[in-house]
Amino acid sequence: MDSSEASGPELLFGHLWDYSPAAESPDSVAVADRYGHFINGKFVEGENHFPCVNPATGETLFEAASADRKMVNRAVKAARIAYERHWQGLRPVERGKYLYRIGRLIQERAGELSLLETLDSGRPIRESRSFGLPLVAAHFLHHAGWADKIEYAFPGKTASSLGVVAGVVPGDFPLLRAAWKIAPALAAGNTVVLKASEAAPLVVMGLAGIFEEANLPPGVVNILNGAEETGRILTTHRDADLVAFTGSAESGKQVRRSLAGTGKRLTLELGSKGIHILFEDAALDQAVDAVAAGVFPGSRLLVQESILASVVQKLKVRMATLRVGDPLDANTDVGPLSSREHLDRTGALVEAACDEGATLHQADCALPERGYYFRPAFVTEVAQASPVAREEIPGPVLTLLTFRTPAEAVARANNTCHGLTAGIWSNKGSRVLEVADQLRAGVVWGNTVDRFDPLSPFGGYRESGSGREGGLHGIRSCLEVR
Amino acid sequence: MAAGKKRSPVPERLPVPRTCKLYIKGAFVRPAAGRTLQCGSSRKERGGFVARIAHASRKDFASAVTAARQAFGPWAHRSAFNRSQILFRMAEMVDHRRAALEAGLRTAAGLTAKGAAEEVSVAADRLFWYAGWADKYSQVLGGANPVAAPFLNITIPEPLGVVSVFASTRSPLVGLVSAVAPVILSGNTAVVMVEGPAPTLAVDFAEVVAVSDVPAGVVNILTGPREDILPHAAAHMDVDGVAFFGGTVEEAKALEEASAGNLKRVHLFDDPEMGAWREDDMQSLYWIQPFLEWKTTWHPKGW
Repeated sequence: MDSSEASGPELLFGHLWDYSPAAESPDSVAVADRYGHFINGKFVEGENHFPCVNPATGETLFEAASADRKMVNRAVKAARIAYERHWQGLRPVERGKYLYRIGRLIQERAGELSLLETLDSGRPIRESRSFGLPLVAAHFLHHAGWADKIEYAFPGKTASSLGVVAGVVPGDFPLLRAAWKIAPALAAGNTVVLKASEAAPLVVMGLAGIFEEANLPPGVVNILNGAEETGRILTTHRDADLVAFTGSAESGKQVRRSLAGTGKRLTLELGSKGIHILFEDAALDQAVDAVAAGVFPGSRLLVQESILASVVQKLKVRMATLRVGDPLDANTDVGPLSSREHLDRTGALVEAACDEGATLHQADCALPERGYYFRPAFVTEVAQASPVAREEIPGPVLTLLTFRTPAEAVARANNTCHGLTAGIWSNKGSRVLEVADQLRAGVVWGNTVDRFDPLSPFGGYRESGSGREGGLHGIRSCLEVR
Repeated sequence: MAAGKKRSPVPERLPVPRTCKLYIKGAFVRPAAGRTLQCGSSRKERGGFVARIAHASRKDFASAVTAARQAFGPWAHRSAFNRSQILFRMAEMVDHRRAALEAGLRTAAGLTAKGAAEEVSVAADRLFWYAGWADKYSQVLGGANPVAAPFLNITIPEPLGVVSVFASTRSPLVGLVSAVAPVILSGNTAVVMVEGPAPTLAVDFAEVVAVSDVPAGVVNILTGPREDILPHAAAHMDVDGVAFFGGTVEEAKALEEASAGNLKRVHLFDDPEMGAWREDDMQSLYWIQPFLEWKTTWHPKGW
C-alpha cells in the first residue's frame, strides 16, 4: 500500500500559517541570583553554590546551594520539632485547612509558578500552565479533605502518622513531584524535609514561598537544595521515619540497600520506558495525535504490522507540524531538553540505533541557535534488544516496534523488569479490557495517554518502584496502620 | 505379656512409615542433593525419633521457583470465586484429616491432645476465613476513582507473582496455613520454606494441598534449615516477594539488602508463641495486602 494513500491527502502548511510569537515575558517573575534553603519557616543562606542553567539559552539563570550534613541535620531537626510541637497534635481539620490554603495560593499564583518551572526546566509554558499547575493545586486541595477522614480509610484498623518524611524529587515536573510528596505526608500528620532537584530547584523554592505566605507552622515543610550527595545524606538520616524517593532505578535500589534493617518505611517511584500498543482497529488519527503530543518523550510505540506504513506516514506529517522552540512561547509544543547531558545522551542513543541499522525519521524544523534542543524524531526497524528500545531516552524520540497478534503485543510489552505506564489503542472494548488485564504496569491508559489526577494512584510494578502516589493508596504509604 | 517371658525383638507387624519428601510442582520429590535431617520428638517413645525429613538445597528452591512461575499466570487468571472454592476445599481437607494431624502434632511437636485438637480446629477455621476473602479483597481494597475528567478510572489489586514464604518456626500448623493462605488467595504462587518445630506437619500440609485441587506449582513446600535458603531467595531475580516470619535482625537486614536487586516486596512478620498464633488478630485483610500490586486503568467516556 502506498503510504500517502494510507493517510489520505496531507495538509501542506509551509510557512503560510506561521504563528506570530506569543512569548511570556520572563521579567514578570523575580529570579534571585542565589538560592539557599528553606528551613524552619525561613529562607536561609547556604554554601557550595552550583550554577543552574536555563536550558532554552544555555546561560546560567541563578545559583543554588548544596546542603551539607550540618544543613540536613538542621532541616531534619526543625521537622522533628515541628512534628512533636505543632503538627502531630494539631486537630486534623486544622491541618486540612492549611493544605486547603496552600492549594488556593497555588491557584492564585499559578502564572508565576508555571513561569518559574518553564524557565528552569525548559518544559513548554503551555504544559506547565495548563497541565502541571492545575494538577499541583488539585493535589493539595484533594488532600486537604483527607486530613480529618483518615480514621475511615482503613476498616478495622487505626492509622497514625509516622513522623518525619524525607523526600527526594527529580527535575522532571519538579513541582508536581514535590506536591505528590508533600500533600499526602502533611495530611497524614507528618512533617517533611524535601530535597529539590539540582536540575530544577527554582519552582520548588517558589513553592517554599507559598508555604511562607500560607503561614504554615515553621519546620512543617523544609526544602533543601543540593545534588546526589545531599540526597544521600537525607535519605540515610537516622531521624527520618519515611523515605519517599523519586529517581532512577539504580539510585532507588541504592536507597533501598542503605535502609536495609533500619525498619524505616520507603516508597520508590522509579523510571521506566512506557509502552503504547497500537492495534489495527484503533482510531489512528486520534492515536497518532496523542502519541505525538504526549508520548513522544522517550517511549515505545508497538504498532500492529498491518498498519505500520500508515502510522509511519501519519507520524511524519504530525511531527512536521510540531512547533519546536522557545518554551516561554504559548504555541511551543516541544521545548529544549533539561540539560546538556540529556541532549548528548539522546543524540548518542539515536546514533547508536542508526549504527545498528535503525531508520531515523526526524523533523527538519529550524532550531533556536542556543539551548539544548533536539528535533523530534522516531526510529523504525529497531531491534527489541537495542538500547533505544529499552532505556529511557530523555529527549523527544519515539521508538517504533511491531507485532502481529495481541498475545505477541502483551508478551513484548511485559518482557521487561519495569512496569510504570502502558497504553492501549483499540476501538474494540473487550480487547482493551483484556490487554489491560494482562499488562504488568501500574498505570494503564486505554485510548488516552498521560492522564493524571490527585485521586488516581500512580506508581509502578516490579523495578519501577513500590508504593503509590495519589488517592487512598497514596496516603496509606504515609501512615502506620495497626 | 506374661511375667518372666522376654519381649520379642521382632514386632508382630512392622509399620510402613511415610517418606517425608519435598512438595514441588504438585509432586512429592526427594531433595536434589539427597540429604535428610533427623526430626526429633520431645517425647521419649521411639528414642525421641519421629522421622527423617528432606533437607532442601538451593537447587530445590530454584526448581520450586520455576514451578511457581509457570503456575502463576493460570492461577492468577482463574476466577476469584474458583480460587476461593479451592481454599475452602483445603479447609475441608484439614478438618477431614484431623486424626492424622492431631497425632502428628502430639508426637512431633509434643502437643497435648487438647492442644493438638485446638491447633487443627484453628488451622481449618483460618483457611475457611481466608477462603472467603479470595473474591472480596479486591472490592474492599480497590475501586472506581471519581477523577475530574470524563474517564472511567479504576484501581484494582493484582497478585505480585512468585512469593517466597519463610513460615513460622514456632507454630507448626496454624503458623503455616496463616502464612500461605493470604499469599495464594489473590493469585500469587508460593515457595514455602519450613523449619521446625515439627516439619513433618509441613508434609502433612503438602498432602492437604495435594488433594484440594490446588494446581501444581501454586504451593511448593520445602523443609530444612531456613538459613540455607534465605540468601538465595533474597537474591533470586524471579522471586517477586518475600514473607518472612520471625528471624533475627541480622537476617532481616541481609534479606532487605539482597532483595533490592529486583526490588522484591519484602514483608517482615512477627512469630509469636504457638498459643498467640491461634488468636483472631493473627488473621487479617492486611496480610493479603503486602503481596499485591495496584493497577490503575483509564478509559475515556463519551458519545
